Amino acid sequence: MSKTMNDNRLHGDPGIADTAGQDGRGLSLEMPKQRDRAVTIFEKSKAGRRAFVAPELDVDAQPLDDLIPARMRRTEPPRLPEISEPEINRHYKRLSTRNFDLDEGFYPLGSCTMKHNPKLHERIAALPGNARLHPAQAPERAQGALELMYELQVALGEVAGLPHVSLQPSAGSHGELAGVLLTRAYHEDRGDHRTKVLTPDTAHGTNPATVTMAGYEVVKVGTDPDGGVDLEDLRAKADDQVACLMLTNPSTLGLFDRNIEEIASIVHGVGATLYYDGANLNAVMGISRPGDMGFDIVHYNLHKTFTQPHGGGGPGAGPIAVSDRIEPYLPRPQVVQGDDGSFVLDYDRPKSIGRLRGFQGNYGVFVRSYAYILSLGGDGLREASETAVLNANYLLARLREAGVAEYLPVAYDRLCMHEFVLSGAPMKRELGLKTLDLAKRLLDFGFHPPTVYFPLLVDEALLVEPTETETKETLDAFADTIAEILREGEQDPEIARNAPYTTPVRRLDEAGAAKRPVLRQPL
Amino acid sequence: MSRYTSATDADRREMLDAIGVETIEDLFADIPAGVRLDRPLDIAAGLSEQDVYARMRRLASRNVSTEDEISFLGAGMYDHYVPALVDNLLSRSEFLTPYTPYQPEISQGSLQVMFEYQTAISEVTGLPVSNASVYEGPSAVAAAGYLARLHNKRGRFLVSRGLHPHALETLRTNAHGFGATVEELPLSDGVTDPDALAAAMGDDVAAVFLAQPNFLGAVEDLEALAPLARSTGALLIVAADPLTLGVLKPPGDFDVDICVGEGQTLGNRLDFGGPSFGFFAVQEHLVRKLPGRLVGETTDVDGRRGFVLTLQTREQHIRREKATSNICTAQALNALAGVIYLSWLGRHGITELAELMLQRTAYARAELAALEGVELLHEQPVVREFAVTLDASVDRVIERCAAEGVNPGYALGRDFDEHPDGLLVAITEQRSRADIDRLVSVLGAAVTAERTGVMA
Ligand SMILES: Cc1ncc(COP(=O)(O)O)c(C=O)c1O
Repeated sequence: MSKTMNDNRLHGDPGIADTAGQDGRGLSLEMPKQRDRAVTIFEKSKAGRRAFVAPELDVDAQPLDDLIPARMRRTEPPRLPEISEPEINRHYKRLSTRNFDLDEGFYPLGSCTMKHNPKLHERIAALPGNARLHPAQAPERAQGALELMYELQVALGEVAGLPHVSLQPSAGSHGELAGVLLTRAYHEDRGDHRTKVLTPDTAHGTNPATVTMAGYEVVKVGTDPDGGVDLEDLRAKADDQVACLMLTNPSTLGLFDRNIEEIASIVHGVGATLYYDGANLNAVMGISRPGDMGFDIVHYNLHKTFTQPHGGGGPGAGPIAVSDRIEPYLPRPQVVQGDDGSFVLDYDRPKSIGRLRGFQGNYGVFVRSYAYILSLGGDGLREASETAVLNANYLLARLREAGVAEYLPVAYDRLCMHEFVLSGAPMKRELGLKTLDLAKRLLDFGFHPPTVYFPLLVDEALLVEPTETETKETLDAFADTIAEILREGEQDPEIARNAPYTTPVRRLDEAGAAKRPVLRQPL
Repeated sequence: MSRYTSATDADRREMLDAIGVETIEDLFADIPAGVRLDRPLDIAAGLSEQDVYARMRRLASRNVSTEDEISFLGAGMYDHYVPALVDNLLSRSEFLTPYTPYQPEISQGSLQVMFEYQTAISEVTGLPVSNASVYEGPSAVAAAGYLARLHNKRGRFLVSRGLHPHALETLRTNAHGFGATVEELPLSDGVTDPDALAAAMGDDVAAVFLAQPNFLGAVEDLEALAPLARSTGALLIVAADPLTLGVLKPPGDFDVDICVGEGQTLGNRLDFGGPSFGFFAVQEHLVRKLPGRLVGETTDVDGRRGFVLTLQTREQHIRREKATSNICTAQALNALAGVIYLSWLGRHGITELAELMLQRTAYARAELAALEGVELLHEQPVVREFAVTLDASVDRVIERCAAEGVNPGYALGRDFDEHPDGLLVAITEQRSRADIDRLVSVLGAAVTAERTGVMA
């Protein structure tokens, strides 16, 4: 059974009465609740209120003028809110109820691996030895942290099949930047000045954006009818000016490239490096390793595969693993184990590309991901990937059923890996419903929609990634709901076109927001 | 042992039947034999939750945290008090577990938080527009460099030696990729030398980078430096320490083009260096080149107020190779901590906190400078951090202090060859006068012992 709209905690819309409800289509709706009007914390400010009480001034106060010349001092305090602690608490608690989150329900956001975030991890990350450890603490007095980082490097290296790991990059795209800069350093060190980087047309936007930031020109490679890299096109474009091919495998179509060995040999044949965008690593842990596929550089998204909660847009971490020939260029510092078994930060890396950020990386994220690896072990990681692929194929099988497949055909008719792409093009043609409409209608049923309009290659794309932590019942409920929305669309497409109805706000004027940007609270 | 999955054997059988394959193995038929792993991963078997906890607790106990010693370490991250309110709100799954708000109708919580955060950062920095966060301080500096390069297409960066050394190095790493060069501006008596800046300026300078206060703790004279830096069409980028802006004139007052910085001090824990957040604020004319997410106000079809990600034509998912940055996942949760913290401090609290640090820092500075063998490295105004020189090996003095449960600060020689004898000392509101007095006595004894050759 799919969730009804009334199960949705975010419900309560007067708007529903005058749209869907009125035309008597039998949608079972409770009396709508009044929605809160959005009021910012700045608008709740009242002169004289406060939360902060400063610790006592326990030294003799000196005149400010003696400490900092008046001309350097602020004359007006920043107009931060004046508000009491109970009111701050209530404000943000209420705001939180205007979010849908992973702990609330199914979140099949393709390419994002929204798997369960184990609660143990928060407890461990909050231990004072982690949370209150200063990043400049002497290594001798941070041995636990350095050992953790070292062990995480080893485990991640084993998963990727590449021996050298840097944990420093802060997210996937930061790992990509590190990887392309490493590629640059590798070629330059050999006196080889190349100008181009290849990215498939299925690539995530961060790939081409990274290439430009690293000073290369992007050259697009096509996709063959099977969903793999077009080998002819690749051969035509791979020349001695190509520094690197960035590839996601399984790709953003959820397909494992069967020609990966051939691709690697073409790329290496022209002296270029092969870069692995690890956003989709959740499909292949313990099954197939990027290093064994021929990749030179890999990034991981610890906030996808390795359970760091996504936080509504970060934090994450994007460690990289590399082959021997790339190792000399890794960022500084590296965590290494000395002869006496202790762990140190190694800065003495003359060929390093240098730092990508401050200190040692997002350690709090490493803590969570390492706890996850300890919990699952090698076999558990493999089982996670197997189950992720099983869940995706099962959901795909359910969505291939009559009543759905004619509107939402799978873009590439193969077994998928951990995710798959449907095209809403027939739905748009037959029912006049866009992928966006389907996504918005799903909100009324308590589901987070799949990734929409990505990859760009597929018309009206829906990229669906269920992950291994969901039950068969949840997958069934989602498939049933898609079918139900399509039935509803056959009868009256207006319902989905105007959805959602049950959310804290309904469709928002994004064009208007961009045309007349209001980017802060006017005060 | 994947305890976070839910498929039973019966589920598996039913699911495989529905798919129309025999075994799970069959699902991986596309993977060529040559690239399959033909052995188990060499990672130890999974552990029970309590065993994982015990193992992780043991590791954590081998770290000396700021709860285990009296710490005066700073150098970019600081041991400020994080109110319980922050922990409590950040642990709500509604904030902790969603993805980036791609579906605004069910993400109004996160989106409004970002809008409020942008407002708070704009107020603190004195610049009109802030984005919704970047990774952290040093990468924010590098991102500002990239923006400058996009903006005026020039290739020279002039960087004060007072910039955080990690920021300087991160900028170098990035600039090498996008083809800009980095030149350092020397310090004179602890602050950026205006004559050196004036001499280095030219119409090929893309941007000038200053830090406020700088890495040696000194307050820079932005009033004097800003007009020089902006004289030839270069962008002026200031990396600021946000809590000190409770007492210092905000960068916006000097018409700086970009103000970036490390947000850790705003309600984020130390976490051995991350995750924290970087803030990124600009003048109006640079809005369309901002990196990362930006939230704007709008209305829904019923006229209700709402918030959306906006001006997305800057971003990688729309513009791909023409994007103004590659950033995607940033630091939303840490920025939430930032805006909760700034609301908790409030309009007057931020100044009260800054003034408290100012007074205690002045006290500590005077007390330390009075010690035999300790001198001020510079006499410029400071807010929460200052530099001294020791007439003794800094590393050995630090070790002696550590043995007494005091961490006296950061050895400047780690980054500054010219200051092998330098020590950087930070005084947050968590260090009381009694703590400072203890530092003075322990450090004084350590310096004396080193100078007189007493065995440690
Ligand atoms: C395929 C792919 N590559 C790269 C990224 C970028 O990762 P991050 O958001 O961690 O920077 C994503 C994120 O959605 C992705 O799906």
